[in-house]
Amino acid sequence: MSPEKGKHLFSLLYRGRKIARRYLVTNGFDGTLTMLGLMTGFYVSGTQELGVAINACLGAAIALFISGFSSAYLSEKAERTEELRELEQALLVDLKESYYGEASRYLPFLIALVNGLSPLFLSLLIISPLFLSYHGIEWPCSPFLLAIAMALFCIFLLGVYLGEISKQFWLYAGFRTVLIAMILVAIILLFDFCN
Amino acid sequence: MAATRKVVLDVLKPHKPNGVDFATALAELSPEYQVRLSVVEVDEKTETVIVVVKGQNIVFESLIETIKKMGASVHSIDEVVVYGSENV
Repeated sequence: MSPEKGKHLFSLLYRGRKIARRYLVTNGFDGTLTMLGLMTGFYVSGTQELGVAINACLGAAIALFISGFSSAYLSEKAERTEELRELEQALLVDLKESYYGEASRYLPFLIALVNGLSPLFLSLLIISPLFLSYHGIEWPCSPFLLAIAMALFCIFLLGVYLGEISKQFWLYAGFRTVLIAMILVAIILLFDFCN
Repeated sequence: MAATRKVVLDVLKPHKPNGVDFATALAELSPEYQVRLSVVEVDEKTETVIVVVKGQNIVFESLIETIKKMGASVHSIDEVVVYGSENV
């Protein structure tokens, strides 16, 4: 790829950064809360089988990746195709061979990768205490509690990132998302209490 | 061999790349190219621009190719200046 082509293509792909950022937070939040729910559920039910818990969480993480990747790819592909078609109608030319055409092919894939990988990476990070415990690492407390703490930390970081985007005070933005996570934990604990 | 010294094109382009990037991409085709771009009309998705390219020996095909790559189309060639020899 020539530097000239790379520059123009990059500038068109760069326009998708806000969409990718939105997907990163949306699906990252989705993945983190899913893992937090699973971890809290395992903890309150007194699960001792780490292998079962790891497999269940891995299954959920892979499902989140596939779901995030495919849904974002299909919806973004449809949006880009429509956008390209509208521009082609306005210009009365075929744009498939232009930088616009190339960007409309690459952009859905890049956005889909962000949407799929964000919940996968966060999920793997959250279940890492379970992995380590399964492979013999001793913790001073239950690995599920550590995983819950890790999930809350990830949610806090996502909130801080959102605060950074909206120029809000980082601590307020971080704790606001943690509050949402705490509501989830409280509901699961309430269900457990009722049972 | 004849040498094209000046070309004036009526071009319909999308808003992106903007005028600076569009003119720069054309000027970078050859170190001797001088490009002037004037916006004539702005619509919702497109803008009509007049592109004036001056140089010692303008390669018209590469100019058109670059314009098409940036998603624009040439409506008309409004003016050309061609010399009979490159050495004039």
